Amino acid sequence: MHGVMDPAKYRKIRDEFGDTVAALGAEIPDMVVLTADLMYPTRTEKFAQLYPRRFFDVGVAEQNLVGIAAGLATCGKIPLVADYANFICLRAGEQVRNDIVYTNLNVKLAALSSGLTFGVGGPSHQSYEDLGLMRALPGLTVIVPSDARLSGLAVRAAMNHRGPVFLRLGRDEEKIVYAENPPYEIGRAIQLRDGRDIAILANGPMVAEAVEAADGLAESGIRARVLDVHTLKPIDREAVEACARETRGIITVEEHNIIGGLGSAVVETLAEEPGCPVVRIGIPDIFPVIGPTFELRRHLGLTAAAVMEKARQLLAGAKNR
Amino acid sequence: MVANAQHNILAARERARIMRCHIVKMFNAAGHGHFGGSLSCADIVAALYFGGILRVDATNPAWPDRDRLVMSKGHGAPAVYAALVERGFCPAEWIAEYERLGAHFSTHPNMHMIPGIDMSAGSLGHGLSIGVGMALAAKMDAKDYRVYVVLGDGELNEGMVWEAAMSAGKFALDHLVAIVDRNNLCVGGCTEDVMPLEPLADKWRAFGWRVHPVNGHDMAGILDTFATVGESRGVPNVVIAETIKGCGVSFMAGKREWHGHPICDAEFQKAMAELGGACECTE
Repeated sequence: MHGVMDPAKYRKIRDEFGDTVAALGAEIPDMVVLTADLMYPTRTEKFAQLYPRRFFDVGVAEQNLVGIAAGLATCGKIPLVADYANFICLRAGEQVRNDIVYTNLNVKLAALSSGLTFGVGGPSHQSYEDLGLMRALPGLTVIVPSDARLSGLAVRAAMNHRGPVFLRLGRDEEKIVYAENPPYEIGRAIQLRDGRDIAILANGPMVAEAVEAADGLAESGIRARVLDVHTLKPIDREAVEACARETRGIITVEEHNIIGGLGSAVVETLAEEPGCPVVRIGIPDIFPVIGPTFELRRHLGLTAAAVMEKARQLLAGAKNR
Repeated sequence: MVANAQHNILAARERARIMRCHIVKMFNAAGHGHFGGSLSCADIVAALYFGGILRVDATNPAWPDRDRLVMSKGHGAPAVYAALVERGFCPAEWIAEYERLGAHFSTHPNMHMIPGIDMSAGSLGHGLSIGVGMALAAKMDAKDYRVYVVLGDGELNEGMVWEAAMSAGKFALDHLVAIVDRNNLCVGGCTEDVMPLEPLADKWRAFGWRVHPVNGHDMAGILDTFATVGESRGVPNVVIAETIKGCGVSFMAGKREWHGHPICDAEFQKAMAELGGACECTE
């Protein structure tokens, strides 16, 4: 996105992240922050300036980054690893699995620049497999906050949660979903709109699109429930099952490959619950073209308009059955 | 002092012999095992646990001020299991249960299953980074515990080891001690054929480490070395221990195929008979 974005509508994820991390440093004395030459891009320089003895830059070496975090955690520190999502999940995937998750160590993985949020960076700097990979790790909590405010709340909640947490965070401006702090609890989806015609389940930057879609559908008399499923694992089974029982269909929308993320998690949750159609919106199992994030999302149909269209199709189909 | 040192040498030597017996018994219970790499590091591990080097307490395995030991070459963990049994961390019955369903002792160590194991391991190349993290924590908390990381020479092919080596230099971790079990063999043959490591000492020096070469089966030499590591402030230490894979059992010693190998009853009997005597590898 070029030009200045309206600060009443958009906030920068990384700035919120950096401010939250710096604030948490004062509250949690055992907190340490590590990065692999991404102090400035992860906005952790504020923490580094305030707590230089609790900040470690290991250079461009992500495997070592995650390993050192694990070692620190065995000695009672609470490491927060701030790096790009794909480098954490893919470059250091085995270190995450063996050294942090299998060992159940108290390490927080702040995976920034996730999804398409560095659209012009191309696939090497994007991540759309990360949630599939992380979700398959036993015992790892996986969180996908929707906007800047929720990102801050999620980081805070993760730091105060015992055990390994994967935080999928964005990068630059994202639409504001929450004007003020909602009650935030890991594992509990936040209902943003109520309705019984259809349910739209979203996470990350797609929550804003889901809300817009619901408001658009409301104009034509369709009542859509919107859930911000910020915790992908453990998923809020109760809320998802309620959507299946109480609405005529579910749409999932996420900035992730259609394989392995929220859509998969919802379908898995409902596999034993017959009768509720689910339509999944995501990246259609391709490496997308390269482009600015918001244009790329439009190109891939990751928009409120696409959600509305799918909702109407789904409801029409449900009527015909 | 000299008498005490002499006592430690003799005690550690004898424990190394007993540990080798435990290792062979474990592998015999499972019918196979990583004989080569467990036996090659047995004297080093015995030196740590029985030569007055490693500061640990069997009655308090999670003691925050204890020295740490990371078995980066996770397949060599049976040497540590044997030491933990001898030090009273673990019951001797666990030896016969090796690799059974749900057993405490298995091919690679699980920190949550075994008191005295400071880090789970298995996939090679991870341990030195873990050790760097532990040593950083000690430094932050102004604690004086040492962190020992045992590395196989084959695993030095992993890039992550050198990422960790670079960072230990940057962070000036003088209480971090890497120990390379330089047995010159990996799964596929001689390390120098599979992927040459030499000049190995120069590589470590280039990364800012102080190098201590030692014969990894000479107990007096090992203990002398461990007594002098850490004398240089701000510099991490690496002990490059020249060892023999399978050391202690004649038909395994120096044999590539005994890296991981089944064992039959006749071989077990012969190995145990040989281990009833002194280990001959110091010559």
